[in-house]
Amino acid sequence: MTIEEFIELFEGEMDEVPAEGLKPETDFKNMDEWSSLTALSIISMVDEEYDKRLTPSELRNSTTIEELWKLIEAK
Amino acid sequence: MSYKNPFTLQEKRILVTGASSGIGRSIAQECAAAGATVVLNGRDEQRLNETLSSLEGSGHCAIAADLTHFDTVKQHLATLEPLDGLVLCAGVGQTAPVQNVKADKIQGVFSTNTFAPVQLLQMLVKGKKINRKASVVFISSIARQKPYVGNGVYSASKAALNGFSKVAALELAGREIRVNCIEPGLIMTSIVKESVFDEEQLAEFKKTMPLGFGAPRHIALGCVYLLSDASCWTTGTSLVIDGGQTLI
Repeated sequence: MTIEEFIELFEGEMDEVPAEGLKPETDFKNMDEWSSLTALSIISMVDEEYDKRLTPSELRNSTTIEELWKLIEAK
Repeated sequence: MSYKNPFTLQEKRILVTGASSGIGRSIAQECAAAGATVVLNGRDEQRLNETLSSLEGSGHCAIAADLTHFDTVKQHLATLEPLDGLVLCAGVGQTAPVQNVKADKIQGVFSTNTFAPVQLLQMLVKGKKINRKASVVFISSIARQKPYVGNGVYSASKAALNGFSKVAALELAGREIRVNCIEPGLIMTSIVKESVFDEEQLAEFKKTMPLGFGAPRHIALGCVYLLSDASCWTTGTSLVIDGGQTLI
């Protein structure tokens, strides 16, 4: 999956995507909307789309969307 | 005069599902320790046999079977000796927020947590494998009454057991068969570890537990009470064993 596709899926899990949209360098945990609920949504999305288990600590240890995407692709 | 222990399970034959691990394993162990002959069920044959080896006393046996495969279950039940106790503990967890819940996810959880135990009870009752004065225990969860983010389907699957068990209690009272639920709080078993738990979340949870984390044995001991003659006038109820979690 390309990072663009991943960003689209990520945005799909959010209520309100920031005006500028999400970028590979976005520090996603610092977004206003980010909460444990968003985290669960992303984990569910990764499970659905990739059939992979993303863990909360992996989310915690990734800062940018690009890092997260690379981590998931490598799993 | 010696004390005749009303909490004994001597001379009782008890089937425990989900006995290969976690709470089910502990229930099987406590039942055996209390004198029961235990019939174990679980899917994982190796872990089921580990439980079997750990039981006190003798005469116990294990039936490895997936309870959602009703035809196979029916075959096993044909040769089963009648029971004095049934503990429906097999269950799976699931974490998904509302917007990520899909039909196949719902089906999967309900199949194991709700349809299988209800179907098993049906088969045992119909097949006359439950003795008079027997005790049936559904292992539900505090999740049936207390919401946790991402736990919708699991909560629903457990709440369904509480609803069903009351009706079963009413219907089976004529045969002096008692039906009750236990609602465990958060117990650190594989079903919990598999879900989205990490150190941070654990610390969060600890704050919501007045008596701290519980162990499978705390649930098992409540189960022994419900299976014993001490609870002969207890039916249609749900015993919450949660260290005070539902207080907060």
